[in-house]
Amino acid sequence: MDCINAKYVSQKISKTRWRPISSASLQQPEIFATGSWDNEDNKVSLWTIGDHGLASMDEDFEGDPQLLCDIKHDGDVLDLQFLDSDKLVTASSSGAVTIYRHHQNNQTLSVAHRWDRAHHYPSDNAPCTGVVCHSPEVVSVGEDGRVILFRVDQTGVLRTIENADSSTIHAVTFLRTDEVLTVNSIGQLKLWDLRQQGNEPAQILSLTGDRVPLHCVDRHPNQQHIVATGGQDGMLCIWDVRQGNMPFSLMEAHSAEMWEVHFHPSNPDHLFTCSEDGSLLHWETSSSSDTPSFMQSGRNTSIISRSAIAPAGGNQSIISAWLAGDSGKGHLETTHMLPSQTLSVNSLDVLGQCLVCGTDGEAVYVNKQVPI
Amino acid sequence: MEEVDVEPTITFIPGVNSQQNHLGFVWGPGDILVYETSHKAAGKQPLGPSCQDVQVVRKDEDIYSPILRKLFNESHHIFVGLQNIRDDLPSKNKKPQFVSISKNYRSVIRACMEELQQIAVSTRDLALAAQYGNQVSILLAVELIWNLCEVLFIDAAPAGSLLLHLLDWVRLHKAEVDEKARDVLRCESPTRHQFFWDVVISFVLQGRMEEARSMLAKQAALQPAAQTMFKRMDNLLLKMPIYNPSSTQTLTEFEVKWRQWHEECDACLQDSSFASNPHLETICKILVGDDDTLLEHKELLSTWYHYVVTRLLYTHPTVKPIDLHYYAQMCMDRFLDSRSPPEPLDSILLAAFEFDLHQVIKDCSIALNNWWFVAHLTDLLDHCKLLQSHNLHFGSNLREFLLLEYASGLFTHHSLWQLAVDYFDHCQGFGRVYLELLIERVPLDTERKALKVLRICEKRQMNEQVRSICKIMAKRALRNNRLGSALSWSIRAKDAAFATLISERFLQDYCSRGTFSDLDLIDNLGPAMLLSDRLTFLGKYREFHRLYGEKRFTEAAKLLLSLMTAKIAPQSFWMTLLIDALPLLEQKEVIFSVDQTHELMFCLEELTSGKAQPNPDRPMQEEDLETTKIELLRLALARNLAMAIVKEGTVEV
Repeated sequence: MDCINAKYVSQKISKTRWRPISSASLQQPEIFATGSWDNEDNKVSLWTIGDHGLASMDEDFEGDPQLLCDIKHDGDVLDLQFLDSDKLVTASSSGAVTIYRHHQNNQTLSVAHRWDRAHHYPSDNAPCTGVVCHSPEVVSVGEDGRVILFRVDQTGVLRTIENADSSTIHAVTFLRTDEVLTVNSIGQLKLWDLRQQGNEPAQILSLTGDRVPLHCVDRHPNQQHIVATGGQDGMLCIWDVRQGNMPFSLMEAHSAEMWEVHFHPSNPDHLFTCSEDGSLLHWETSSSSDTPSFMQSGRNTSIISRSAIAPAGGNQSIISAWLAGDSGKGHLETTHMLPSQTLSVNSLDVLGQCLVCGTDGEAVYVNKQVPI
Repeated sequence: MEEVDVEPTITFIPGVNSQQNHLGFVWGPGDILVYETSHKAAGKQPLGPSCQDVQVVRKDEDIYSPILRKLFNESHHIFVGLQNIRDDLPSKNKKPQFVSISKNYRSVIRACMEELQQIAVSTRDLALAAQYGNQVSILLAVELIWNLCEVLFIDAAPAGSLLLHLLDWVRLHKAEVDEKARDVLRCESPTRHQFFWDVVISFVLQGRMEEARSMLAKQAALQPAAQTMFKRMDNLLLKMPIYNPSSTQTLTEFEVKWRQWHEECDACLQDSSFASNPHLETICKILVGDDDTLLEHKELLSTWYHYVVTRLLYTHPTVKPIDLHYYAQMCMDRFLDSRSPPEPLDSILLAAFEFDLHQVIKDCSIALNNWWFVAHLTDLLDHCKLLQSHNLHFGSNLREFLLLEYASGLFTHHSLWQLAVDYFDHCQGFGRVYLELLIERVPLDTERKALKVLRICEKRQMNEQVRSICKIMAKRALRNNRLGSALSWSIRAKDAAFATLISERFLQDYCSRGTFSDLDLIDNLGPAMLLSDRLTFLGKYREFHRLYGEKRFTEAAKLLLSLMTAKIAPQSFWMTLLIDALPLLEQKEVIFSVDQTHELMFCLEELTSGKAQPNPDRPMQEEDLETTKIELLRLALARNLAMAIVKEGTVEV
């Protein structure tokens, strides 16, 4: 835990996100965005952990996040996503979905477009609880049970699924180009095919008999049918959306709401979760020895090994370690990544070897040496 | 009633005319609401229109400073850590922990101070800069007091070490000399710098012999003629004995050595060794602890407590804690102008030197405008078991009283309220009551915030508050026509009455529209269905529709009948259920058995017997429709009964 850097930022942080880096470069991310909540004036801020001309040669300041720029945000920032390297999208408790542009030449943020009251009740605003981007498309979900599809280059709304859910939708993720997955407050996962008209989901998955609200969802970066969710009871669920409507495995993770779950984008044997109980967990799964973990990342063709040359038809070796189950071959290790603290860790993001998370204790923690 | 310690200050509220009308006010946890009443002040004629506004008067502005928020957050972390130190550890092991926690608190104060200082320098707004400067000086004072309390109470160093700690304390808080020294050394010829001797003497006053010697060496190099004299001074400074608590040397041995050195200094003064150099002469006089010489350097000492420590260093290096107050009082009287009364800071420090903890806390409470400092210091001192003797005649104890005040202040803040929860948790007497009263008043803008508040309540088994929060959320959802959400919230609250109300709404919607809304929820009620009869009915009724849709007629029929016979369905809904039975009765196959048909008929009779008299208020068409329905039903039931008797009477061959 020595390599963790804490910075107090005088605002409760609801979201933290790394700015994407081009997949070709081997660089580590340097810039991240934060969103605040519950303040009189909430903000979206950009921070750098690189030098960025802020000549602070001081050893003490190395890695200490420095504020690049910030902008006032109307309402709590309930979700935040980078659209590309200079645009980000926020979901607001006022029901608005906003696109911000980062002007890197003079380090300022400006509103590029805002869909006011995208989520609403007949006579009131409804908080927008989540957004997800698949440039140029943006999908938002809200407490009003709507799923709304936008296009960055169009000012209108592309499509609205009214009454997509009778309860609150807490999070959304893209499964494929035209498929999104939502999780709601009565413990259901709903799969939506955006090509289909009508307001019915293509599939509903749930833990039968259990109505524990789900708060977060993330898709395996390479195997689109594997999905991880986290719920109010702090349980981590791994689902295979192709098979049945029951979770593949259930793991006790936290003692309170799990606010976010993320697969490591380039090494999905690693998974990270954070919770209201103030902890941040690093999960590492390893399959049995004859299916090395890099086999899971199908793109990594430059590495040739004994098993990589092995039968091409044998798709067993591509079965993710996450679906290895309790068969005993694979094993799962969890590590706490934060020093003990009592206030909620609301958000985390991991990219390369860098991890950033934000808390209700008004601190942002950055770890630049995550053991991946 | 106790007398007031200090005259309260008068705050004028702009826009309120207290001359004309009496003022009314209401206490809040942090703020006061002030308004003009219609009671006229005696003997005054109304001068103008009275003020219609309610004014919020806030005592504590610091809570809204973004930099001080870091102080609140970081100290919260330390506070929670302190509460978790186990009680059963032997106190010997705990002391180093308490000292390190005290140092953590101080380093947080220092970090804040430095940041404020940077901002104060860089800001262009003069008023703002002044405000930052003001906060810096308050933090400086706070850290000064805390540090002294740490030395005297928490570390509680014995004679010998005590002075070393006090020296460190003075050095840390009189760091101007370092800046001056840097200036002097940076210039081309330091020895001719106007502040050269000031710096040397300042070093001596703080007992920093090494630094004083290296400065003097520069001067000596330029005056070869005075070589021996400088050598002599250097020797005195070098030889000055410093007590080393970790060595085997006893205090008495140290005292003997120190006295020898002191006599040597005295001898130098007597034989006028330094007569040719007034500066060296002064230094030598300081070394022997000459009071007049010390007081001549008031400007370099700058404060009376520096004077106390310097004086002790050169006269009583082995001062005992118990004797401190005597020297402190004496030095303060001598140092301070007798005409001007001591500042609050002076009396607080004096009280600390007198080991009067309660006076320190009391004076700090009066002098500072928020409770952060006193609450945290008192809590730490209480953990060190230093406050047990004192009891308040109100509330629980001093520690708890101050923590509650501080936490309630935090709770008024729109964002910092979360920190207050942990403080309330560690107030055994009234913490829970405070939390219960305050938590219900947190505005709930989003479900996420509501969930966080709920988690706080559920963790502490505050069932009443859980119910009330869920009810607020359920009502809001209902107002926004979100029946599904409303039902989820009332299920979470286990609020049967409200669940019944919402189930009614669902059934009404069904009756008017002919379809169910929110199927995803109703189909997945599970055991939650049992919360209220009406909800059970809703779930079961929907199940009937599903069975019917899946063409599982026999099961559907059985369920439908049981809804009426087991009195799950409200009677007002029976007609709908009976009409739902119609298509089942009209199926080619016999679905209802003889017994079941009898029961259906009995239900119909029970329903119709009650209202044999036609209701005169009802319009004719509706009455007709009702009669037609009943006749249709009777016909269908009779036909079904006939078919069932035939079927059941027939023996399969």
